[in-house]
Amino acid sequence: MGISLPQDAVLAGNQTAVPAPVPFSPQPENLYARLPQGVVTTTVDQLFQWARKSSLWPMTFGLACCAIEMISTFMAKHDLDRFGLIGQVGATPRQSDLMIVSGTVTTKMAPAVKTLYDQMPEPKWVISMGGCATCGGPYYRYPTVVQGVDQVIPVDVYIGGCPPRPEALMHGILKLQEKIMRQASEGRRPNPDLELVLAGEGVT
Amino acid sequence: MAVETAELELDTLAPSEPPVVEERNLETVEMTINMGPQHPSTHGVFRMVLTLEGERVKAAEPYIGYLHRGAEKLGESGDVEGYRKAIIPLDRTDYLSAMLNEHAYVMAVEKLANIQVPERAEYLRVILGELTRIVSHCMFYGAFGADTGATTPFMYAFALREEIQQLFEAVGGARMFPNYYRPGGLREDVPVDFVDRVRRIRETALRAFGDFDRLLTQNEVFLARTRGIAVIDAERAIDLGVSGPVLRATGVPYDVRRLEPYSIYDRFDFEIPIGTRGDCYERYLIRLEEMYQSLYIAEQALKELPGGPVMGNAPKALRPAKGDVYQRIENSRGEFGVYLVSDGRSPAPYRVKYRSPCFVNLQALNEMVVGAYVADAVLALGSIDIVLGEVDR
Repeated sequence: MGISLPQDAVLAGNQTAVPAPVPFSPQPENLYARLPQGVVTTTVDQLFQWARKSSLWPMTFGLACCAIEMISTFMAKHDLDRFGLIGQVGATPRQSDLMIVSGTVTTKMAPAVKTLYDQMPEPKWVISMGGCATCGGPYYRYPTVVQGVDQVIPVDVYIGGCPPRPEALMHGILKLQEKIMRQASEGRRPNPDLELVLAGEGVT
Repeated sequence: MAVETAELELDTLAPSEPPVVEERNLETVEMTINMGPQHPSTHGVFRMVLTLEGERVKAAEPYIGYLHRGAEKLGESGDVEGYRKAIIPLDRTDYLSAMLNEHAYVMAVEKLANIQVPERAEYLRVILGELTRIVSHCMFYGAFGADTGATTPFMYAFALREEIQQLFEAVGGARMFPNYYRPGGLREDVPVDFVDRVRRIRETALRAFGDFDRLLTQNEVFLARTRGIAVIDAERAIDLGVSGPVLRATGVPYDVRRLEPYSIYDRFDFEIPIGTRGDCYERYLIRLEEMYQSLYIAEQALKELPGGPVMGNAPKALRPAKGDVYQRIENSRGEFGVYLVSDGRSPAPYRVKYRSPCFVNLQALNEMVVGAYVADAVLALGSIDIVLGEVDR
């Protein structure tokens, strides 16, 4: 026949034929109304990423001046533990999933940084803290200084400053947590998706 | 039944006869262990190759250069305001006592170019320098506590450090590297509430020092870990060129502030704490006492702080006459020296050389750790209080 019925008309016809089951409605308000209290729906990917971002284990790894500000961030007053980052637990790369490159990477140190990164198990993230690790900073074009740690290992979040304030590092970590959650929907480590955190403090 | 089991347990706990120890010649194999460059107790990127026999250290060879950033070379390569630009990489060499090093450098430039410094600037330099010494020793205190196995001192030390760093931020605009000293004075005057803030810091610091003292000084574990460890005697320390708290712990009252009073240090009353045994514990005690003395100097300077300008009429672009100059100061780690050469033509120094105390003090490490346990090697390194940025420069 040349007559095409609208879709709801077909449904109505089916209902008259099979009356018993309650029709499944994709509308969220109906779905949530049917869940008991305290039950959340999510995807496995999102659940895992949520767990990962909430307990990042940074590798205790200080390179230069920025390490002092990183310690400041971990210590009293700034207290990075409240973001789920626990400092000073173990200095082994095998149990960590976050590398904060805090300071200048020299050509002599770069192979060690690469080895440490390779030793970390997946999934892993890298924060480049400070001007030196980001682009060479005050040592721009100095021959012994690697012009940015991203020439050696992939970096997720860049934090500017010399050194960045503890607040800037916290901002960077919050940005990384956002990114980790975003990776749940987009798949892990999408290609160049880089965060840039600008600190208020620069070289005077 | 119950009595029987109790007796049995007692028997196993306290054997009536001492266990017979079988005498054996245990074979020890010489072993080489690489420590660093990534190791939490090397205070940065320091690498040490330890040769062990059993658990005793036979030899320790330090490998440096993992943080060579060319502070001296970059100091020579400035253009128009070259003499000022050298301060930027200098700040980052010893990143824990930036303002003390700035003081040495600007004094060297002032000597080279015959620049007069206003009184107020001199006083402010002393106050800020001594506060920097406290900040640096706070870091030592926290790290040394962590080396012995205590994490709480770190928290206390950084609570005080944070207070002082906030003052630095108010004064110079940055928490760690204010780049505040200039040849001829200071970049700008301090904020109006500077005196009040330093007084408040003094109160906080005195309370904090009490906490520091109570946390570690009489702590039994700390005493057991540090007393008689990594000993070096006065004669050998002098031979090696060691300076700072490591030398003073051996009983030599060597302090550049007293022996060759630079700036206005001859106007202040302070004591130089010295030790007798030259072990880790005394190095710790000396630094703790130095924090009190620094506060005392800052307090005196604050009382006499005159008004007036903080910057003389020194030109921004300097071109000193041909010549060279050496200026040394007492850094928080020892004797820090700046050697400058001017060729009389260029607006930047022809040659910059820094005599960094950590680099020299590190030479004593081998003698300190030979024969000690591996765990004590970590403490020896911690008690020298090295900053790798300064060792490698």
